[in-house]
Amino acid sequence: MLIARVIGDLVATQKHASHEGRKLLLVQPLNLDGTDRGDAVVALDAVDAGIGDKVLVTTEGFSAMTSVGRPNSPIDMAVIGFIDHIELVQGVD
Amino acid sequence: MILARVVGTVVATRKDPRLEGKKLLILKPVSPDGKDENGYVVSVDTVGSGIGERVIAVAGSSARLAEGCKDTPVDNAIVGIVDEVHLD
Amino acid sequence: MYLGRVVGSVWSTVKHPAMTGCRMLVVQPLTPELENTGKRLICTDSTGAGAGELVYWVRGKEASFPFHPAEPPVDTTIVGIVDEIHVQRTLPAQTKPPAPVHRKSSRKN
Repeated sequence: MLIARVIGDLVATQKHASHEGRKLLLVQPLNLDGTDRGDAVVALDAVDAGIGDKVLVTTEGFSAMTSVGRPNSPIDMAVIGFIDHIELVQGVD
Repeated sequence: MILARVVGTVVATRKDPRLEGKKLLILKPVSPDGKDENGYVVSVDTVGSGIGERVIAVAGSSARLAEGCKDTPVDNAIVGIVDEVHLD
Repeated sequence: MYLGRVVGSVWSTVKHPAMTGCRMLVVQPLTPELENTGKRLICTDSTGAGAGELVYWVRGKEASFPFHPAEPPVDTTIVGIVDEIHVQRTLPAQTKPPAPVHRKSSRKN
């Protein structure tokens, strides 16, 4: 699972039926120091997250598709948690 | 499986119900000789590990074979605490 | 899932039987700001996307699920055509003004 920030959403009319009725979020994976880690990705929303929220993203199929309640669908990433805060040990990163 | 060091915790109250009660820890991968490697991962603790400890973490669908992780949306789990690593 | 743009197509007559009828498109991965990122790749298509369209695609075993019950040996599939993207990297509460980006897919066909 990764820490990410929701930076946007996207609208798609023509998409796989299993994606209907779920928000498509653009999430930017983050490093532990809060900087961007790689490129932003598209994830289905399982917790009703919004722009600016810090979230927990799963990058594995089963976890993603069952958390949005759509087993056996082409979903490889989902927002599955809403991060309140992160505690890091002093001196690490 | 990877060797990693526990460097932090993640607190998330609103989350998938199947994650309720699970401890989410931030792991930093380490090489077998103890050097930090790039990146990090958020992992579910299944063995009672704590901050600073060196652990074994399993990734992917195998993570759901860990204790209490069956059918949960978990893609990384801590499955052991490392006592020693011997390198020849 | 990842953003991308369809930049070409691939034709193949000799292929795995389960891939019969699968359209294959060349996709350039994009950032949310629609800049190219990474190498172009070949995706099967489950949406009827065409050249120039903005799409999002899925990677891994899940890429074969749109073709169920067939199980084609594919690892990247287009699963949606993007109509609009809204990007806001800075929060409105911050002193710096937000830089919303609002772009529409350029459908050429």
